[in-house]
Amino acid sequence: MSEIIAALVATVREASAKQCDIGAVTACADGGWNAELWTALEQIGVTMLSVPEEHGGAGGDVAAAVAVLEVLGEYSAGVPLAETALLAGWLIAGCGATVPSGPMTAAVASPELRTRQEDTGLSVRGTVARVPWARYAHHVAVLDNGRVILLGRSDFLLEQGTNLAGEPRDDLAINAIVPASRVHEPSADSAISVQAFYGRAALARAALMAGAARRALELAVAYAGEREQFGRPIAKFQAVQQHLAAMAGEVLLSKMAVEAAALALDTQGDADVAVAAAKLVAGQMAGVVASLAHQIHGAIGFTEEHPLRHSTTRLWAWRDESGNEDEWSGVLGQRVVSEGTGGLWSLLTGAR
Amino acid sequence: MDLWSLEPVALPAELDVLRRDVRAFLAKELSSGRIAANCDQWLGGWDHAFSLRLGERGWIGMAFPAQYGGSAAGALARFVVTEELLAAGAPVAAHWIADRQSGPGLLKFGTEEQKRAFLPRIARGECFFAAGMSEPDTGSDLASVRTRGRQVNGGWRLTGTKVWVSGAHRAHAMIALARTEPRTANRHAGLTQFIIELPDPDVHIRPIRLLTGEHHFNEVVLDEVFVPNARVLGEPGSGWHQVTSELAMERSGPERILSTFPLLAVAADHLAENGERSSASRVGAVVGRLWALRQLSLAVAGRLEAGAAPAVEAAAVKDLGTRFESVVIDTVRLLSQVVPDLGSNRPLPRMLAESILHSPGFTLRGGTNEILRGVVAKELGVR
Ligand SMILES: Cc1cc2nc3c(=O)[nH]c(=O)nc-3n(C[C@H](O)[C@H](O)[C@H](O)COP(=O)(O)OP(=O)(O)OC[C@H]3O[C@@H](n4cnc5c(N)ncnc54)[C@H](O)[C@@H]3O)c2cc1C
Repeated sequence: MSEIIAALVATVREASAKQCDIGAVTACADGGWNAELWTALEQIGVTMLSVPEEHGGAGGDVAAAVAVLEVLGEYSAGVPLAETALLAGWLIAGCGATVPSGPMTAAVASPELRTRQEDTGLSVRGTVARVPWARYAHHVAVLDNGRVILLGRSDFLLEQGTNLAGEPRDDLAINAIVPASRVHEPSADSAISVQAFYGRAALARAALMAGAARRALELAVAYAGEREQFGRPIAKFQAVQQHLAAMAGEVLLSKMAVEAAALALDTQGDADVAVAAAKLVAGQMAGVVASLAHQIHGAIGFTEEHPLRHSTTRLWAWRDESGNEDEWSGVLGQRVVSEGTGGLWSLLTGAR
Repeated sequence: MDLWSLEPVALPAELDVLRRDVRAFLAKELSSGRIAANCDQWLGGWDHAFSLRLGERGWIGMAFPAQYGGSAAGALARFVVTEELLAAGAPVAAHWIADRQSGPGLLKFGTEEQKRAFLPRIARGECFFAAGMSEPDTGSDLASVRTRGRQVNGGWRLTGTKVWVSGAHRAHAMIALARTEPRTANRHAGLTQFIIELPDPDVHIRPIRLLTGEHHFNEVVLDEVFVPNARVLGEPGSGWHQVTSELAMERSGPERILSTFPLLAVAADHLAENGERSSASRVGAVVGRLWALRQLSLAVAGRLEAGAAPAVEAAAVKDLGTRFESVVIDTVRLLSQVVPDLGSNRPLPRMLAESILHSPGFTLRGGTNEILRGVVAKELGVR
């Protein structure tokens, strides 16, 4: 990691530590968001990380954004940074437009979304389900048939929903005439596609998961050192030590996979395998880490009051968002098949 | 925690050239029938002639400086060469321990005379080593070795029994760990490494057969074996430090992930040829995990290249990787519905059989997974 990114990440960590105490996180646990943290992140200048500066972004690469997301995942931070920077910001900048200010979110249009060109603009009607953070977003970037439609708050009715961790996942009923100034076509050299969108969403989710898992592990290590049974800390029992080490291995593996995938996305043409692997491994890790963290915590970790739930409910929620293990295995499996005889090793090494 | 500062590695483009060279060489070796692809060949594939051919190309002892027959290649170049060999299922067992362990140990702790005597021959694929550490009563608790070294005129006399010594019956030398000072409260003190050149009339080597009947490892009885002072490796009494100093490399390499890769590759080919898209996701799940494990192993190699000794990260790689090697077996077994058969002339049933029968070793050799998790737990501060 370059020194600049390391410094940036350290600043984000400081801000998160300050703004994500247990009270603030719990306050977000039922559809809320952490406005103070968002303001702090805007001041630090990371809310548009990885979006090119010439399009109003903060510059930097995906690796930098992923490093920040890991920290936010660790702190169960209720902010739409992944959606704003890696998805909406990417879509808008990829069309050569300038990103608006404020939190954003993004979605892929469902097949039933109807659009029609009218004199005053593009008529857009239909629903999009489970859009992350939509109720707090100033804009929603919708990827529809290769173009990007930027919706404002008045362009849709919103039905609130949440994921397992209580993060907003809202259904949008869109009924709007969107002026041409908010309908963008991707630039010729842009990599925008539905597949690329899903890949970035999955990578962002996996980065958050690596962070959340690290927190669950830290909580388990700390608790194992404090909790005494049979006259000694439970950390002294080898069964508990082995659980903790197994968790650490999973966390390290998924962290490395996410960061290597970000590197691949920044430096190589084809990062599909990397991204699929990162989300797959994160999904596999989530189950192991969440269940072992709870096992080590005993009954106290199973309570509303205990902070562990913020990390584990996120792991459970995120492993099914942006593609679960089965979906990404399927993508990888199809790649293996289409690679043909003798192709597996080239696929893995990225070298032919 | 240091564990979390590990960084991913993008292999430099110049290593692509090296990789292509190794691949082209291996393709020829395989198509000409000089070698055959099998699983777990860093354990079972002893082929002296093949080692010589690798040595000719400079792919053994790559890390040695030029004056000792190497090319001072870094950990990443060695990573590329070894992973290509393993993925192809090439028979690399003969030189494996010399290349991975004994050579680097000699380079780090050996005298000038020892380096000149052994390293160029190792690099040429002419000199193979065995590692004599385990004993009948010493397994995971290595510091408990009972083999004794007694100082005599001009050298030492060693007495004791080593077990599970891979390749001792064909090796040119064995590095033995022995107690040379009485045990004290510091159980790691007073151990010394000795280079025993083989054969030796006072070294009695007997096969201990694997459950397949293969002769891989041995019992090695040392009966007052004379070792001259010039064949003490490093400092007398520093054996523990020396043995543990190479663990980061021994435990993190691609051989801890790829022992069953040739089986996976055959299964993938099978899918591709039959266009079996419906069951592809089961292979995809394994491939994705393998991709991630390789990145982790590579990240540790990156640390090694930078001169660090990331032993804890290496323990994590080995724990995850060796369990994965068996996941490959189960995936292929359930997917292919093929009956494992060592005698089959088709690769899938044969490799499946090889892998299943070798699988107990994956999570034992080089430190059991329970011990490895203990290493990680210590880093977490709970041990
Ligand atoms: C294929 C193969 C090749 C080998 N080659 C060599 C070689 O060339 N040279 C050499 O010196 N050795 C070699 N070995 C030996 C290898 O290093 C040992 O098998 C290994 O160190 C474990 O020792 P052990 O088999 O005596 O098992 P033990 O140490 O007796 O362990 C038995 C079981 O108890 C568990 N256990 C032990 N201690 C603990 C603990 N503290 N906490 C929790 N669980 C524990 C272990 O994890 C294991 O499950 C080889 C082994 C294999 C399988």
